[in-house]
Amino acid sequence: MNNPIEMIQPDAKTQARFEKIAQGLKKRHAASRRLKTYGIMAIVTAISFLAILLTTIISNGYTAIQQTELQIALTIPAEKLQNDDGTIDPVKARNFNWNGLIKKAFRAEFSDVTAMLDQRALGEILSKNAGYDLRRQIEAKGSIPVGEIKLWIKTSDDVDMLMKGRLDRNLDESQRRLSDQQIGWIDSLVADDRIRLVFNDTFFTAADSREPESAGVLGATVGSAMALFVTVLLALPLAVMTAVYLEYFAPPGRVTDFIEVNINNLAAVPSIVFGLLGLAVFLGFFGMPRSAPLVGGMVLALMTLPTIIIATRASIRAVPTSIRDAALGLGASRMQAAIDHILPLAAPGILTGTIIGIAQALGETAPLIMIGMVAFIVDVPATLTDPATALPVQIYIWSDSAERAFYERSSLAIMVLLTFLITMNISAVLLRRKFEKKW
Amino acid sequence: MDTVVDMAKAIKIQAKDVNVFYGEKQALNNVSIDIEDRSVTAFIGPSGCGKSTFLRCFNRMNDVIPSCRVKGSIMMGDVDVNSPQTDPVLLRARIGMVFQKPNPFPKTIFENVAYGPRIHGLAQSKTELDDMVEDSLKKAGLWGEVADRLADQATGLSGGQQQRLCIARAIAVGPDVLLMDEPCSALDPIATSVIEELISELQQRFTILIVTHSMQQAARVSQKTAYFHLGTLVEYGDTKDVFTLPKNEQTEAYISGKIG
Amino acid sequence: MSDFLSPNLVVFAATIAAAFLSFYLGTGRVRKQAIASQTKSHSLNQYYGFYVSLWVLVPAILLALIWMFAADPMLTSAAKARMLAAYPNLPDSFLNLKMAQLVNIAAGYIKAPDAVMAAQADLLRAAQASADRARSLTLAAVMCIGFFYAFRRVSPELRARVLCEAFLRRLFFLSAVVAILTTIGIVASLLFEAVRFFREVSLFDFFFGTHWSPMTALRPGDAAAADEFVAGSTGSFGMVPVMAGTLLVAVIAMAVAVPIGLFSAIYTSEFASRRVRNIVKPTLEVLAGVPTVVYGFFAALTAAPFFRDLGLFVGLDVSSQSALAAGGVMGIMIIPFISSLSDDVITAVPQSLRDGAYGLGSTRGETIIRVVLPAAFPGLVGAFLLAISRAIGETMIVVMAAGVAANMTINPLESVTTVTVQIVMLLTGDNEFDSVKTLSAFALGMTLFVITLLLNVAALTASRRLGQRYE
Repeated sequence: MNNPIEMIQPDAKTQARFEKIAQGLKKRHAASRRLKTYGIMAIVTAISFLAILLTTIISNGYTAIQQTELQIALTIPAEKLQNDDGTIDPVKARNFNWNGLIKKAFRAEFSDVTAMLDQRALGEILSKNAGYDLRRQIEAKGSIPVGEIKLWIKTSDDVDMLMKGRLDRNLDESQRRLSDQQIGWIDSLVADDRIRLVFNDTFFTAADSREPESAGVLGATVGSAMALFVTVLLALPLAVMTAVYLEYFAPPGRVTDFIEVNINNLAAVPSIVFGLLGLAVFLGFFGMPRSAPLVGGMVLALMTLPTIIIATRASIRAVPTSIRDAALGLGASRMQAAIDHILPLAAPGILTGTIIGIAQALGETAPLIMIGMVAFIVDVPATLTDPATALPVQIYIWSDSAERAFYERSSLAIMVLLTFLITMNISAVLLRRKFEKKW
Repeated sequence: MDTVVDMAKAIKIQAKDVNVFYGEKQALNNVSIDIEDRSVTAFIGPSGCGKSTFLRCFNRMNDVIPSCRVKGSIMMGDVDVNSPQTDPVLLRARIGMVFQKPNPFPKTIFENVAYGPRIHGLAQSKTELDDMVEDSLKKAGLWGEVADRLADQATGLSGGQQQRLCIARAIAVGPDVLLMDEPCSALDPIATSVIEELISELQQRFTILIVTHSMQQAARVSQKTAYFHLGTLVEYGDTKDVFTLPKNEQTEAYISGKIG
Repeated sequence: MSDFLSPNLVVFAATIAAAFLSFYLGTGRVRKQAIASQTKSHSLNQYYGFYVSLWVLVPAILLALIWMFAADPMLTSAAKARMLAAYPNLPDSFLNLKMAQLVNIAAGYIKAPDAVMAAQADLLRAAQASADRARSLTLAAVMCIGFFYAFRRVSPELRARVLCEAFLRRLFFLSAVVAILTTIGIVASLLFEAVRFFREVSLFDFFFGTHWSPMTALRPGDAAAADEFVAGSTGSFGMVPVMAGTLLVAVIAMAVAVPIGLFSAIYTSEFASRRVRNIVKPTLEVLAGVPTVVYGFFAALTAAPFFRDLGLFVGLDVSSQSALAAGGVMGIMIIPFISSLSDDVITAVPQSLRDGAYGLGSTRGETIIRVVLPAAFPGLVGAFLLAISRAIGETMIVVMAAGVAANMTINPLESVTTVTVQIVMLLTGDNEFDSVKTLSAFALGMTLFVITLLLNVAALTASRRLGQRYE
């Protein structure tokens, strides 16, 4: 059988047809390759968009991790602040003109600057909140340093921008936020080693402020955390109960179908519509407080409910029916089978779905704007009904501000937000991997 | 048909030492076979024996499966099937294939049959294309049933009609070999017998290789039968010999129903 | 509601404690009775505990909820009556301001400016305190009644498990109903405010009017605007230009997202090896996980200036709030949405069709273009419809990067506004809640909801058709 055998060839007509097909092949393969190239180009384009997005945000935001400070020598007049027993009088401390003290000390070092306008220009180098910061520092310390001390105080945001190279010196003076004169002073301070860039801890420990150098994300982060706490508290039990109902108890029929249609549709309703619901129902009808994380959390809960329900149902379904049947076979009721046997096995999946839903809620902005969490709030919220803002809303507020320094802080706030989101998503993935079972 | 025994037919395809691997697992072991021109050769054997895998070697359909590797030579005339120089697209134009489940495209009946001629650029004009479609449908014995509804969706046909449409679709390209991978396994007995008759007719124009689960079918339609077991070709010969006087014990066990 | 935690926390803790206590009492009672009567109880002992504590908890929670919504308004209206007596002749709006102040004084947030207010605040505080006392007493009474009712019924014959499970099942059903309630809430609130709006502005003017300027129309103090108010009180709420802007931005977004998303999906589903697919797909998903406010930031502060500068460079006048920047960035946001949905749809096309095409000698490209994509077509249409719905409802990108003025244009280099931008503009800032202006936001919201709903239903229908074809 393995001997070479003369094999029959196709007849001439067939052969001619094959040759004709062969002639067209080159073009057809080229078309196929072209399609593949388009696919690669599309993916490369999409990924470069992602890369551009991330690099612009990082390159705009990384400098906000530092803040410019200026060294000043001054003497704090203890007698004006203390009671007779040497303790700091809080009323005196509050009424004392700290800004004036700092400005005076600073001007004293530029004795040649005498004109009113020039002195004001000199004052603009300092942060408007420098006095406030110093007061808080002294109050926290509880004692007043004696004699002349050297202090590092924050500069204004314009100086900060100049030091970070975000203010173009070559621009015409009229287009610049710092005059030639001011830049001259700053350069001389730099030459004296009296200006430095340090870690911007204010950004992580403060709430919003009119002055970029005093503004931070803590208030917004706490606001977000509170809202998400309410979201989980409401959405998780509701979603699990709904999912168990639909998977185990719902009788097939119109009501069940209607519930399913509703859930699927709610998943695709624009988020701003949930904001309108919150505004009209929670604020308008029930008279709940504006700007409160409680209401924000409730709106976000309604919004994420479909996501968590869908994820929970999927993980309940992933538990094989044999387990349910085994439980039922041992005499457990349907409810016992569901609660004692199915839910524990579905828990990792439910948790993963919840984390993904919460991550989605954390990035949501529009509904929170609708219920007034967009206000300018300088205090870190303490209770669920305090006015508060949220991290993404803070980004929105800052990116709307005129100051260049807020732009930078906005970018850093985005990095903080993305860090939270990435952490949540990675933990969801890890969780899924750890508990992934093949039945 | 009585004279077939005397005159050995010319060889159309010759396979030598074909080995197929799925990843680490070997699915076919040194299979060598000569396929006669214009005859029906049936591949039988228990499921998982490698008969379908072997069939897919002839038009390199195994290329579609990423982990699959094929070794050995398959010659069809002067075409070396497994050579990297051989374009699988051209090869598949020369070797038509019909699958286990009817798989008409979600297009009209006409478009299904016209698909092959269109992509290969075989028809110069609309009338030529119409002729090709009509001719193929006639050869597949479907023309009478669909002539007046060529513009209907092909998915609306019955299972047997869909399978004949798939045969027409394969014929329309003008191959000289047809591979059939259990073409009747999804059909009812009546549709099956229609297809079997069709195969016997097509045999006069095409070299047909058919994989089948049903030994009766193999006995009915084929001239040659190859029995596969666990990836090896156990026995190959004239169908009536294989079924009446199997040389191998395994073949005998299989056709007498002891294994399967 | 204002000070939610302090007195409420005590009540809450007491309720929980009562629930635990009744659990143990209920469990104990059935155990004793079972021993005494030497019978086996119907359910496990713990179910009798649950049974009793449910009777303690559920009525109490219901009462507390009713109280929360009933008592506060009653207190407020009583205080308002007192204020009206204390400050006769005060206009309504001032009285409302004073009331807000009063609430804050009573809560101790601010100091009373004068003796009258201080006295009023004391009265309010006293009323709140007595209301709190009354609530605590009522709650305690309700819990006691519930406890004794349930406790006396506890006996080994009681089918406690069945009763508990029936309760749970009802609770589960109620939570499933929340989805319906949410939809009803959305429709009702939008419809209610929209109907009030349409009492002022006719339906025809709203849906077919071509002039949108709600801000200028309602500044009655301004003489010029007052004229316009009279002349244009109907014309200023024509949503056609707003809708046109929305569609323009959505079309630009789709023009970016559809080709990139679709070709990416074709590559990942048909060409890519498993390894490449496992890298590319999650990377694209990252784009979907980026919050919209980040895209808005990027659109407003990077993309828009870029397009403007590019325009200057080639001599085109590009608005700094061009539809191009907003739509383009929105397109980037939608890419992963389209690519992942399309990938699912393409992967769902049965392998047998691909085999059929390859078997006839199709190249890979021909298989995709002539067989796979046509087969996936309904599903792809569904994906695109969902993407359009997403684009129309997207808010932050356009709020940050698109304009406020309603221009009727199809020039992507100009500034346009969208439905969502207008909703945000009209409902933020210091507006009276009941003005026509704010009501118009709800009419826009209603329109947006209906449009997205229709698109979603259409998308669902389209992909269902695909599902039926290959089951």
